[in-house]
Amino acid sequence: MTVALEIRDLVKTYPVRNAFGRVSGEVRAVDGVSFTIPSGGVYGLAGESGSGKSTIARMIMGLTAPDSGDILIDGTSILGTRDRARVQMVFQNPGASLNPRRTVGQSIMVPLVAHRQSGDHTGRIGDLLDMVHLPRHFTDRYPHELSGGQKQRVAIARALAVSPRLLVLDEPTSALDVSVQAKVIDLLEELGRRLGLTYLFISHDLSLMRNFAQTVGVLYLGKIVETGPADQVFERPEHDYTRLLLASVPVISAEEAAMRPVIPLINGEMPTAKDLMALRAGLNAKETAR
Amino acid sequence: MTALLSVQGLSVSFSTYGRTVEVLKAVSLEVPQGAQVALVGESGSGKSVTMKVIMGLLAQPPARIHAGRIMFDGRDLLTLPERERVALRGTAMSMVFQDPMSSLNPVWTIEDQLTTILKYADRRLGRDRDRRGRRARVIEVLAQVRMRDPERVAQSFPIMLSGGMRQRVLIAMALLSEPRLLIADEPGTALDVTTQAQILKLLRDLVETQGLALLMITHNLGVVRETSNYVYVMNKGEIVEEGPTAGLFAAPRQQYTRDLIAAVPRLTGRVTS
Amino acid sequence: MSELAALSNSYQNWYRFSRNPTAVIGLLIVVLSLLAALLAPYITPFPDHVGAIVDFRNRHQPPSLEHWFGTDNVGRDILTRVIFGLRVSLMLAFVVLVIAVPFGTAMGLLAGYFGGWTEIVIMRLTDIALALPPLIMALAVAAVLEPSLMNAMLAIASLWWTWHTRLVYSMVRQIRALEYVEAAETLGASKTHILFREILPNCVSAIAVKTSLDAGFVILIGASLSFLGLGIQPPTPDLGTMVSDGASFLPDYWWESLLPGTAILFVALGFNLLGDGLRDLFDVEDVR
Repeated sequence: MTVALEIRDLVKTYPVRNAFGRVSGEVRAVDGVSFTIPSGGVYGLAGESGSGKSTIARMIMGLTAPDSGDILIDGTSILGTRDRARVQMVFQNPGASLNPRRTVGQSIMVPLVAHRQSGDHTGRIGDLLDMVHLPRHFTDRYPHELSGGQKQRVAIARALAVSPRLLVLDEPTSALDVSVQAKVIDLLEELGRRLGLTYLFISHDLSLMRNFAQTVGVLYLGKIVETGPADQVFERPEHDYTRLLLASVPVISAEEAAMRPVIPLINGEMPTAKDLMALRAGLNAKETAR
Repeated sequence: MTALLSVQGLSVSFSTYGRTVEVLKAVSLEVPQGAQVALVGESGSGKSVTMKVIMGLLAQPPARIHAGRIMFDGRDLLTLPERERVALRGTAMSMVFQDPMSSLNPVWTIEDQLTTILKYADRRLGRDRDRRGRRARVIEVLAQVRMRDPERVAQSFPIMLSGGMRQRVLIAMALLSEPRLLIADEPGTALDVTTQAQILKLLRDLVETQGLALLMITHNLGVVRETSNYVYVMNKGEIVEEGPTAGLFAAPRQQYTRDLIAAVPRLTGRVTS
Repeated sequence: MSELAALSNSYQNWYRFSRNPTAVIGLLIVVLSLLAALLAPYITPFPDHVGAIVDFRNRHQPPSLEHWFGTDNVGRDILTRVIFGLRVSLMLAFVVLVIAVPFGTAMGLLAGYFGGWTEIVIMRLTDIALALPPLIMALAVAAVLEPSLMNAMLAIASLWWTWHTRLVYSMVRQIRALEYVEAAETLGASKTHILFREILPNCVSAIAVKTSLDAGFVILIGASLSFLGLGIQPPTPDLGTMVSDGASFLPDYWWESLLPGTAILFVALGFNLLGDGLRDLFDVEDVR
């Protein structure tokens, strides 16, 4: 089993500035994160805002440089290189990730031209549109003429243009209606099988993650607090934060509600993650004191 | 017992670029006293337009209400004179807005914003309250939405508060003048799932303890199940199905509803579609 | 509402533009002025009156059927001279803008995208240039070099580019942070591609609005300069010079000064209305 992507002890800190622009401290957006994704696998990174998941995606894509740590694809480090043909990204908001002034064909052409692929571009664009189940004549359409789901398919086609090994999916369906979401996920699964793609799936939607990811890592304040096969993490969560996340998901059936962990209420309401951890710290302190 | 809010046969069209589109087609729904009702639909279904018409926030033109009645407390809102319609808004019927980031004025403190709203609501209700009375009511309401330190929150500017706290402020804003109907527009969608869970539980508890009626507008079926006992499903401007929540989810009758429920991924891990 | 999305962008834009009466009026005025200027020799009643013709019997004639705008102090037809003067004004505005807009835009793109020293140098240069008043600069240049209208306009062009730099700079900074630019970067696009194919097309609407409004301004400045004596040499007609020459005959022979002045007003107004109309059009588009 080959490892497609390996993340080793990734760290990224940002300075915190006060009102005068003076640096008053720092925040560790990513605090020593490590995980591996086997070739052809789907790894789900679950986290809320401020967890560091977007920062990790940006570092993998080369938009930001990590302070320390390494990112390896197929065993070779990609830090500092400009070659991005092996890993591509599908962004969250399809309306924003496509240039409104370029047609579908022109947008898909961007990576083809950038990586200097020779040969018939029109043909390749047509093939890509076929792959994402869009009609070929969409080449001449502008993004605003497409629906959200269609736009996201174009974004996927564009990401696949230079035949990458690994796709980073940053909340690919969060901006879409749930019925469209299902079709886009189906498409991604089909493409994954056909093209042997590896996926890093970043999302805050746990139900979706359960159905799409094989391995899951739960990210909290820059650290992976729990990881394991999806079934295990969802059915037997160990860390308090994972339990809190699962308990917060609004579900539509009684059996899903039954599998959710029960979280003690604080002051009559669901505690925040911070409160829950503080509670745990307090209990641990009592334990050690005994 | 007549319903608190009753929308009957509402039809609205929208004209732009020289074309006319029917955005609502004979929409009818009811919110009884003290009930928790959800209006669920995907984007473009017309649920936001319905909500705007009920609150009187729809700009006409380019929209045009060409049929239907909206009965609130036995009176048709669409035929009420403007002044009475405005008097209702924010008093008997109030709205919790969707986006906590942009619904609060960044240059005013929370206290300033809430006391001003209360001042105008009182004026509309003909109630007399002095500045101290208003301030006390604002603190009271902030405590109701479970702010840990209502005094400090009142003195803060929106930018100093987290997303969850701002959403609570929006709920407090809606509760100021003791409404009978609360309309919640996708509450918590802009927030993290843990924060959203807190907000939804808060709404549920408030509605119970104060005997309010709740109309929840959402696209998330999970939220529907957690907050409502009756649901209306909207698609392309029409109500396609309605019924008690548990029954509808267990045995949907219409194909659209069935497809919608089937498309929702399950936490238990069954295949999506 | 997806059937509305299928309407092409140009149709939507034209529809909205045509519903704005002042914008359409502005467009009409500009088109008429451009046509008149282009076809000047063919549509004017007395095309030779732009040369060194004098007709003292017909001097100071009021507007009549034969001379719609009357005649000036040496008997030349004012309508003809106004139309040819319009040609001069438009041409000079064109010269200034064709230098200032591309250069200013390029500077703004470089400063906005690359940042660092490029940004600092360009923007400080811009600040300095913006502090100098264009009209005074033009007069100063005239004092040093040969006082011709062309020199004066070049002096104005050398300051005018900075407005466009500032505009494009702020737009580039905004657009640079948008997701589709990030997407292009992750896709491996070259910096040239990102600047000219991703960012610049999204600035075009703002640049178009500003250029249209500028045209009105530059025409006024050109007319002011020639009013002050920096005009093109006689007998070639120039609107500002005509206003100045005719001013000494006010109020008796009012048409000699007022009608060329009205022509200046007319054309500047046209560009202003057009620019405002474009801005209204594009503002709504951005909000969408």
